[in-house]
Amino acid sequence: MSRRTTAVAAVVALSLFAGATVYAKKTIQVFQQQIPKQDRIEQALNRLTFGPRPGDVDRVKAMGLKKWIDLQLHPSRIAENPVLTARLKVLDSLFMNSEDLVVNYPELRMLRANRQGGLPVPVDPERTRMLQKLAERFENRQKPGVPPPADAEQPETASLLTPEELRSLRATTPEQRLAAFEAFPVEKQDDLLVAFPQRFQGLFPVAPPELRRRLQLVTGPQQMVTRDLMEGKLLRAIYSSHQLEEVLTDFWYNHFNVFIDKGADRYLVTAYERDVIRPRVLGKFRDLLEATAKSPAMLFYLDNWESVGPPKGKPGARPRRGLNENYGRELLELHTLGVDGGYTQKDVTEVARCFTGWSINRPQLGGGFRFNENAHDAGEKTVLGEKIHAGGIEDGERVLDLLARYPPTARFISRKLAMRFVADDPPASLVDRMAETFRKTDGDLRAVMKTMIESKEFWSVGAFHTKMKSPLELVASAVRAGNGDVDYARSLADQVAQMGEPLYRKLEPTGYSNSGKEWLNSAGLVTRMNFALNLADNKVPGVKVESANGVQLGSPEFQRH
Amino acid sequence: MTSRRVFLRNSALAMVGVGSAPLWLERALYAAEAPAPRKKILVAIFQRGAADGLNVVVPHGETAYYALRPTIAIPRPGSGPDGAIDLDGFFGLHPSLAPLKPLFDQQHLAIVDAVGSPDPTRSHFDAQDYMESGTPGLKATSDGWMNRALPPETGRVSAMRALSLGPVLPRAMRGANPALAIQSLGDFRVRNADGAKAFEQLYQDTSDTALRAAGQETFEAINTLQVMQKQPYTPAAGAKYPGGRFGDSLRQIAQLIKAEVGVEMAFADIGGWDHHVNEAGQLSNLLREYGQALAAFWQDMGDRMSDVVLVTMSEFGRTAQENGNRGTDHGHANCMFVLGGGVMGGQVYGRWPGMEKEQLYEGRDLALTTDFRDVLGELVTRHLGNRSVERVFPNYSPRPVGLV
Repeated sequence: MSRRTTAVAAVVALSLFAGATVYAKKTIQVFQQQIPKQDRIEQALNRLTFGPRPGDVDRVKAMGLKKWIDLQLHPSRIAENPVLTARLKVLDSLFMNSEDLVVNYPELRMLRANRQGGLPVPVDPERTRMLQKLAERFENRQKPGVPPPADAEQPETASLLTPEELRSLRATTPEQRLAAFEAFPVEKQDDLLVAFPQRFQGLFPVAPPELRRRLQLVTGPQQMVTRDLMEGKLLRAIYSSHQLEEVLTDFWYNHFNVFIDKGADRYLVTAYERDVIRPRVLGKFRDLLEATAKSPAMLFYLDNWESVGPPKGKPGARPRRGLNENYGRELLELHTLGVDGGYTQKDVTEVARCFTGWSINRPQLGGGFRFNENAHDAGEKTVLGEKIHAGGIEDGERVLDLLARYPPTARFISRKLAMRFVADDPPASLVDRMAETFRKTDGDLRAVMKTMIESKEFWSVGAFHTKMKSPLELVASAVRAGNGDVDYARSLADQVAQMGEPLYRKLEPTGYSNSGKEWLNSAGLVTRMNFALNLADNKVPGVKVESANGVQLGSPEFQRH
Repeated sequence: MTSRRVFLRNSALAMVGVGSAPLWLERALYAAEAPAPRKKILVAIFQRGAADGLNVVVPHGETAYYALRPTIAIPRPGSGPDGAIDLDGFFGLHPSLAPLKPLFDQQHLAIVDAVGSPDPTRSHFDAQDYMESGTPGLKATSDGWMNRALPPETGRVSAMRALSLGPVLPRAMRGANPALAIQSLGDFRVRNADGAKAFEQLYQDTSDTALRAAGQETFEAINTLQVMQKQPYTPAAGAKYPGGRFGDSLRQIAQLIKAEVGVEMAFADIGGWDHHVNEAGQLSNLLREYGQALAAFWQDMGDRMSDVVLVTMSEFGRTAQENGNRGTDHGHANCMFVLGGGVMGGQVYGRWPGMEKEQLYEGRDLALTTDFRDVLGELVTRHLGNRSVERVFPNYSPRPVGLV
């Protein structure tokens, strides 16, 4: 412990004075000096997973660290934790495609359109019935002059319940109240839930999964998609055997950030993270880049789906729209070259022209990618000095080729990865070697990770227990440290949000900072301390830890990894 | 460092001990602790996402404005409830900002137009970063202008000297001077007394200097807030803050200032201004919230505004011409609001550059005639009384606008 804290203090003290040559030299030294051999497993678990669980160090030791790392770099060779599979199954929205999400978890105003005909209804008749009831309630509330009924227990309850029934629902323990509620026929249960959505939320902690879904459904079906995503992220971070893949999914989602509350993105992010990001985090950067470029989630978020070239054919044939540079700019600045990557405003405009016509089939209904030839600007473009006149969809694809291979991209991506996995201000020597691998392998992200993990810097004093955990890392690592059993994770997701990192809700395309400094402030610290104490006392709803010391989980040491 | 910390903590604990004393006595006790409670105060508001200044302060006397924005221009004053509210015959306020009109008329609200950062970037990230660091074009700056603008301390300083409402400390406030990020005053405490004691000790003893400093600020603030919040807060003069995070932030800033806990610098932000698509309705709703919150803050603060200046900014303006989606794209110059008892308001400051094609910056955006550092520099020097403005805005000599 004292060895570690000295190292931490040294690094922190040094970084305060970074810039002065003498200290700069020492900063380099802390990335040269290696940690003792017996600490290497801990370092690997700290940085390549969401934190060690009890027994993890021994398990890795038994297998051999080298082999463990190799497996983490090839997640398809590791069997997934059955506990995770079982927990995720309940969150059924995570397995749906975007169109099915719109149908099964509709916005209430869409429900009305649904009722007026034309749109498909869920396969499950019980869900259809429930959604119809919700739509009726919504319509009644929309009517002018009708005061909205209060959700609290009101005299209206009387029309649905006899005094006896009402009394049974007021029983002392939640288990008794649940038994009373479940004694009603399902249809009546639904009527009660729809009429008084807040009244029965207290049953949630004791309710079986199926009732929990209905309890959530009545407070807003469209919100369940986001909630499932948040819960899914926490559950995977805590339970998945594919730990490195999850850390990288978090990293790459954040790199290609999409804000879930922007209109149709509510229904597009599920598939985006599941089908676009996660399968490619150890693949080729070029593939990941194209998959994001063609994803409805990104096209909608950065407005490219509405970006069109100059009108063709007869004027007035379609509504007047124009070029939108939003995606073009962020593609250069945030996704590939970096802000210092040597591009101009002219490049931004030219890139935007190349992507005109990259659109979505009916985004509000969860439609997929569509190239709209009519909207494409077929003129010649010049991007970063290169002429692009392929025409059609290939213009954009050529831009992606160009950007993925442009040297600043290799450096920008490598530095960002090193920031996340090694140090807030990673040594240039490491970034250079990673960037070299990136260029030599045509952007093979697994190879870049390998170069990083095999570097001296990764195993150095400067990288050991020096990085402030992000809120997601803190929460997941605390639950893992206490060998926690997570029945449901929504309270954990709330905690992460309160610490300053609402999941899927970073509005800006920059994503959250990969520098730990982002999280070093008093508001975050107070929330972290309270969370630690509550977790250890098993006061975080849905979570039970085996044994945990709240003071230790809230200590300065535990905030870093 | 330790002695200051321990002293402050002990004194705060002593005050908790006199919990039965009336609030005014506790306040007076704290006021005696905190240095010179009637220091000047600066409140900075950041509109993240680049507000469309041309539809906030509407140049209704400019023909080109209407030509460039056929579907989203704010109609001229007198053309009904959707029309601009005239200020001076040339400029007008967006109709959603009606609550601010009386403040302008009473000469407490000044507007600076065609103002902003001279850096040509149209990246939100970079432009916010530059505006918060106070060094446009210079990435290497590690601290923020608000942190540097804190006048040099004489003796002990309050832990509440510089604070931001929100989950993370903004770039503008980072730096060598202690600064706090607080999400909500009521929740700012460790809920378990034993745990609080243990944490306070751990963070005091750690050799991790960054976390030790953060822990120290945290516990000083917790103790101060505990004393302050013994009575519930009711905004004065019937001030009504709008619902939502921004209204909450301003209400809590007012509460902290009025509690005399040593606040000198406060920061809050309000996001959602990036209106590339269908701007009209969204901007109207956001400005309603924004205007109501500023007006409520003014009303709530009352006489205390004589020591306070509130200034607003946004990273850049938006294109003079509307885009193909009834929105606007990233542009250049914008407007700033300056509100305070000592502000010479009732005027729109800054030279108007015009909106004809050849007058626009790069042929597309409102040109910049005032550097944002001219406005902030004047507030730092003349309002806060910080003489070393060259430290706050290095390599720049602010030219006073004449606001205070």
